[in-house]
Amino acid sequence: MKLRPQRLVLGLWLGLLLACGLVIAKTRFVSDLSAFMPKAPSARQRLLVDQFQYGIIGRLIMIGIEGGDAAGRAKLSQELANRLRKTRMFMGVQNGDSATEQRDRAYFFDNRYLLSPDITPAHFTVQGLHSAIKNSIDALSGDTGLIVKQLFTRDPTGETLRLLDQFGGSSQPRSLHGAWASRDGKRAVLLAYTHASGTDIEAQARAIEAIRKTFKRLPDRQANSRVVMSGTSVFAVKSRNTIQGQVTRLASASLLLVVFLLLLVYRSPSLLAFGLLPVLSGALVGIASVSLSFGQVHGLTLGFGTTLIGEAVDYSIYFYLQRAGQLNPGHFWRTIWLGVATSTAGFAPLLFSGFPGLAQLGVYSISGLIAAALVTRYVLPALVPQQLKLRDLSRPGFALDRLFDFATRLRWLPLLLALAAAGVVFAHAGKIWNRNLSALSPISKTDQRLDQQLRGDLGAPDLRFMVAFSAPNKELALEGAEKAGQVLRGLMYKQVIAGFSSPAFVLPSRTLQRDRQAAIPDAQQARQRLRQALVGLPVRIDRLQGFLSDLQAARMRKPLRRTDLDGTSAALLVDSLLIHRASDYLMLIPLRPSDKSAKVPLDINRVQAALQATRLKHIVVIDLLEDSTSLFRNYRNEVLLLSELGCLVIIALLLAALKSASRTLRVVTPLVCSVTCVTGVLLQGGTRLTIMHLVGLLLVVAIGSNYALFFESCGQTATAAERRRMQVSLVVANLTTVGSFGILGLSSIPVLSAVGITVSLGALFSLLFAAILSPGKTGL
Amino acid sequence: MKHSDLIRTTAIAWLIFVIAVPFAYAKDAQLMQLMQLLAQNKSAKATFVERTYIGIVDRPLVSTGDLSFVAPDSLEKRVLTPKPELLILRGDTLTIERPGKRRIRVSLEEYPEISAFIESIRGTLAGDLSALKTFYALQLTGSIKNWRLVLTPKQQRLSRIFRRIRISGSRADVKTIELDQRDGDHSVMVITQVSHNR
Repeated sequence: MKLRPQRLVLGLWLGLLLACGLVIAKTRFVSDLSAFMPKAPSARQRLLVDQFQYGIIGRLIMIGIEGGDAAGRAKLSQELANRLRKTRMFMGVQNGDSATEQRDRAYFFDNRYLLSPDITPAHFTVQGLHSAIKNSIDALSGDTGLIVKQLFTRDPTGETLRLLDQFGGSSQPRSLHGAWASRDGKRAVLLAYTHASGTDIEAQARAIEAIRKTFKRLPDRQANSRVVMSGTSVFAVKSRNTIQGQVTRLASASLLLVVFLLLLVYRSPSLLAFGLLPVLSGALVGIASVSLSFGQVHGLTLGFGTTLIGEAVDYSIYFYLQRAGQLNPGHFWRTIWLGVATSTAGFAPLLFSGFPGLAQLGVYSISGLIAAALVTRYVLPALVPQQLKLRDLSRPGFALDRLFDFATRLRWLPLLLALAAAGVVFAHAGKIWNRNLSALSPISKTDQRLDQQLRGDLGAPDLRFMVAFSAPNKELALEGAEKAGQVLRGLMYKQVIAGFSSPAFVLPSRTLQRDRQAAIPDAQQARQRLRQALVGLPVRIDRLQGFLSDLQAARMRKPLRRTDLDGTSAALLVDSLLIHRASDYLMLIPLRPSDKSAKVPLDINRVQAALQATRLKHIVVIDLLEDSTSLFRNYRNEVLLLSELGCLVIIALLLAALKSASRTLRVVTPLVCSVTCVTGVLLQGGTRLTIMHLVGLLLVVAIGSNYALFFESCGQTATAAERRRMQVSLVVANLTTVGSFGILGLSSIPVLSAVGITVSLGALFSLLFAAILSPGKTGL
Repeated sequence: MKHSDLIRTTAIAWLIFVIAVPFAYAKDAQLMQLMQLLAQNKSAKATFVERTYIGIVDRPLVSTGDLSFVAPDSLEKRVLTPKPELLILRGDTLTIERPGKRRIRVSLEEYPEISAFIESIRGTLAGDLSALKTFYALQLTGSIKNWRLVLTPKQQRLSRIFRRIRISGSRADVKTIELDQRDGDHSVMVITQVSHNR
C-alpha cells in the first residue's frame, strides 16, 4: 500500500481539524435574532433598522403587577419604581407616581415662557396681552375654568395650558391609588426604559432579570402577587433563550436519531464512528469558515448543522457500499461529486442573501459539504479496512426492490400529484406568502396577547409612524425638530395627523429659547403694557404681580438644559427620541394618526412632501409596519430570484455532466414534482409561506438531487445486486434526513420548524418520486 | 398639570351639573312625588344664563347657552357666549368640542368614580334613593311648587372642590343650580324651559 500519501492525508486532515478547533475556540456565538435582520442598503432602510437598534422601541419594557388588591398593587408599584430607579440600569421608570407628576407640573409651569410655542414679540404687545388675557377670562367660566383659575394670577396669558395642549391626544393610563393601573383596574402598570440599546441582548436580559429580582425582594408582598413583562426586548431575550435551549436539544436529538439509524443498519460501532467522521469534520470546517468570514456564528446556523448530518452521512453510507465492492468506484465517485456540485449550486444563492443569517447558512453548508465529501474520499479509505464486511442487507434489499419495482408502475402518480399540487398553488394565488412579520417571530400567542393588553393599559405610544433624521450635534437636532414641528403643526391643522411628540416641546434649542427670552419686554415696559392691556378687562394689575415677576425671571434665566429635566417624565421624551450615536444624533418624532382604525391611518407621502420644506437632509417619514414588511418582501423576492438562478445552474451542471437531455430530465422531473407537492401540501394545510419555507425548498432541491442522481446512475449501469444495495442505502440516507429535519419541524421556533417541515416532506417526496420515475430494471 | 387631570376635573365639574339637573328627587316619601314628576321627562330644551363669581375677577362672568336632555342618558350643554363650546354626554362618553380645537372625548369607564355617579343617577331615576345618598347628604325644603334641594358631597374627591350644590325648581322644572366652591367662588345658573315632552 502507498503508505506515505496516506499519512500525508491523515496529517493534513488532523492539522485542519486542529486549526478549525482553534478558530472555533475564539469564536463568538450569538443567538439573538439580529442576524436575521436584513442589512439595509438604502438610507431610508438604514434609518428603519437604526430605529430598531437604537430607538425607543427596543428599550421599552412594559411591566404589570398582578394579584393582591388594588391598594397593595399600587404600593408595590411605587416601591418597585423607586428601587429600579436606583439601579442606574434604566434611563427612567414611569408609574404615574404623584412625585413625578408634581415635578412635571413644576417644570412646565416654571419654564412656560421658554417652552410655550406662542412666545413671540407680538405676544407681549398691548394688543397681544389684551387678547390673551381676555381669552383666559372667558375660559374661567368654561369647562377648564377650575384649572385656569388656579393659574390665572401668574399665568394670565394661558401659556401653561397652551404648551400642554401640544401633548393633547396622547392617552395616559388611568390612575388608581396614586399609581398607573390597567383599564380594568386589575393590574398595576409601569414603563421602564433601559439605558442599554435594544440590540444589546445581554444587557436587556440583565435588566429584565433585575426587574424580576427586585420585585421578588419587595417587602409586604402578598403571596399571589406577581410581575409580568412585555416589550420588544423581553421578546428578544425570550426568543434567545428558546433558541439556545432548542438548538442544543434539537441538535442532540437529531444526532441520536442518526446514530440509532446507522447502528440499526450496520450493527457495528466502529463503522458508525467512521461514518460520522465526514459529518463531524464538515461541521467543524463549516463553523470555522462561518466564524472566519462573519466574525461570529449564529445559534441558528449551528442548528442547521443538521442539514449536513442529513446529507454528509449519506456520503459515508454510499462509501461503505462502494468499499464493500458492490459499486463501480469511478462511476460511484462521479455521482458523488456531481451530487456535491448540485447541492453547492443549490446552497450558493444563500451566500448572496441580504440576511447575514442566511449567508452564514450558505457558507456553513457549502464549506461543510465539500469538507465532508473530501474526508469521505481521501480520509475514510485510509482508515476503513480494505475488506469491509457489511451486514447482509439483502433481505430488506429484496423487499425494497420489489416495492420499488412495483413503484415504477406508478409513473403517472408523481405527475398527477404534482398537477394537483400545482392546482392548489394556483388556487392560492395572491395568498401564498405570509406578509405578517410575526410569522417569523418565535413569540407565543399568549405572550402576544399580554403584550397587547399591557400596551392598551399603558396607552403605550403607538410608534408605527415616525419622522426620523440625523444631525451632527444636539442643538442642530433640536433646531431640526423645531423646523419639522412647524410643518407638522400645519399638518395637524389640516387633520393629516392628529399630533406628534417632539423632544423640542420640552427642551427647545438654545436659539429658540434665546428668541423667546428676547421677546419678553423688560420690567418697566412689561408693567406699562400690562396696565394698558387691562383697560376694559375686569382684572386689576395688582392681582397680576406674580405674572410680572415671573416674566422677568424667565427673561434673565440661563437657557434650559437637559439636566433641568432630571426626574421628570419629560426627560424620557428627550432621552428616548434624541439618540446619541457614535458620530451624530438621531432624532425621532413619533406621529399620531388621525384615525388609527382606518386602512391607511396616515398618508406618509403627504407628510414626507410637506417636510421637504424643512430642507433637512435625509429627513424621512417611516411607517414601521409597512416599511419593514416591504423590506422583508424585497428580501423574499431576492431569495426567490437567487433560487431560480441556482436551479438553472443545477440543470446546466447536470446537462454538462450527464451529456444527455433525457437523462437530465429524468433527474430533474422528480425534483420539480416534489417541490411542487411540498408547496401544495403546505398551502393546503393552511400555512402561508415565509422566506424560510423558500430556503427549505432550496434544500429540498440540494438534497433531493442526490437521490435522483443515484437512482438515475444506478439505472444506467448497475447490476441487480448493486441496485438493491443502492436502494437500501438511499432509504437509510433518506430516513436520516427526514428524521433529523422532522425533529427541526417540531421546534416551536417558526424559523426552524418552517425549514424542518419543508425539508423532511420534500426529502421524502424526492426519494419516492426518484424511485418511481427511475429507469428501473429496464435499464439493465 | 397633566392633560388627564384637566379632563378629569372637567368631567367631574360637568358631571356635577349633569347630576344636578335630574336631581331634584331626594327626600324619601315627600320627594318620591317630585321624582316621579321628573322621571316623566322624556326630553326637554332650555336656555341658561350662568353667572360665575370669581375672587380674582372684579365682576361676575356671564355665559349663556342652551341645554337639552333626551331620556334616559343624553345631555347637551351648548355655550354660546362668551366662548362657544359644546359638551355632550351620551351614555358613558363625554365629548367636548371647541371651535378650532381638537375634539376631546372621554370615556367615563376610565374614571370609575365618575361612572359610579352616573350609575347612581340612573339608579335614582329608577327610584333608588340609597345610591344617591352614598355620594351626597341631601336636604329638601319648600313645597312641590317651589322646592329647594341642597346636596353636600360626602366623598373627598368632590368635597375638595365643591362645598355644596343648591338646586331649586317648581314641579318638574329645574329653575336654578348654584355651585359653591371650596375657595369661596360660586356660580348661579338660571334655567328657562323652552319646551318639554312628557
